[in-house]
Amino acid sequence: MNRFDLTKRLVARLKAGEAVIGGIGNTNFDLWAAGQRPENFYMLGSMGLAVPIGLGVALAQPARKVFVLEGDGSLLMQLGSLGTVAAVGPKNLVIIAFDNGMYQITGKQKSLTAGTVDLVATAKGAGLAQSEWATDEAHFERLVDRALGGRGPWFIGAKIDASKPAGVTERDPGLIRRRFMAGILPNS
Amino acid sequence: MSWHQPVVKALKANEVRLVTYIPDNVLTPLIDAVHGDSWFRVICPAREEEAVGIVAGAYMAGLRGITLMQTSGFATLPNVLASLVVPYQLPVLMLISERGTLGDHQLGQAVVARTMRPVLQTLGIEHFAIERNEDVEFVVGSMAKQAYATQSPAAIILSPLLTKK
Repeated sequence: MNRFDLTKRLVARLKAGEAVIGGIGNTNFDLWAAGQRPENFYMLGSMGLAVPIGLGVALAQPARKVFVLEGDGSLLMQLGSLGTVAAVGPKNLVIIAFDNGMYQITGKQKSLTAGTVDLVATAKGAGLAQSEWATDEAHFERLVDRALGGRGPWFIGAKIDASKPAGVTERDPGLIRRRFMAGILPNS
Repeated sequence: MSWHQPVVKALKANEVRLVTYIPDNVLTPLIDAVHGDSWFRVICPAREEEAVGIVAGAYMAGLRGITLMQTSGFATLPNVLASLVVPYQLPVLMLISERGTLGDHQLGQAVVARTMRPVLQTLGIEHFAIERNEDVEFVVGSMAKQAYATQSPAAIILSPLLTKK
């Protein structure tokens, strides 16, 4: 599967102002390229913090679904956060892990998921019972639909290819934050 | 009155309802107090970086929070402060119990403690060490107000003069 294609499929299914947190690097670049929704937050640094940031948003706004898009390298940096999400148990949080088994942006060095680490098994082991690998694009869409309609937290893993991202996020942190807050806070 | 009671009062006065923390012996009275108070939502994640990320996300979605840690925990944070909290202008409140000085028995704590103020200064983060019980409510409340008014993080340091003397 391909990250940009899956990101477009996800965004096409978001009809209720769902928040999306795009993890550092190619993950948020493809989210940006898939269309700049006001409810999107793009991480330009703080590798590994997409899940905690998404958890914070989900806690503050329990009526809004929150999607976290993260790469394998980033998630590997903060595996404890999966246990935190399981402990808190936010019904409105969905974590999507794009796994190409490499640090694609720094020169395609292999990550641990190219070897022994299975992110879905790790998520399950952390206590996220509703964790599953998407087997193809149609299955990915069904998993997203199930997460949109049901009680989370959810963890969806997707094995992706090594294609380059379809765009590059505009690098203005202040603007990203203000747009995101205007997009998800009614009175800001 | 113990130092933790005016902290709770100042947090409530500033609508701070989320507390994330990594355990610390000195902070125990405050941690117990917020766990026992339904005003607060309390989360103990695995790492200080997570604790900061949760507070950052919650702030952007309309929920004010603070993260509690000790000095060695603060030492794990420079990257996320420099690449998330400072550039995105996020008023993340940090309450740090100061170890490594005034009678600490651990050399590691003493060495890591000396990195805290240089890091805060280099990143331009407002910080103040509270030494006296009568200053707690004013300092915590004022630093919270300033953080939200200026869209900036703040580090509130609890000196051993306050917590150990």
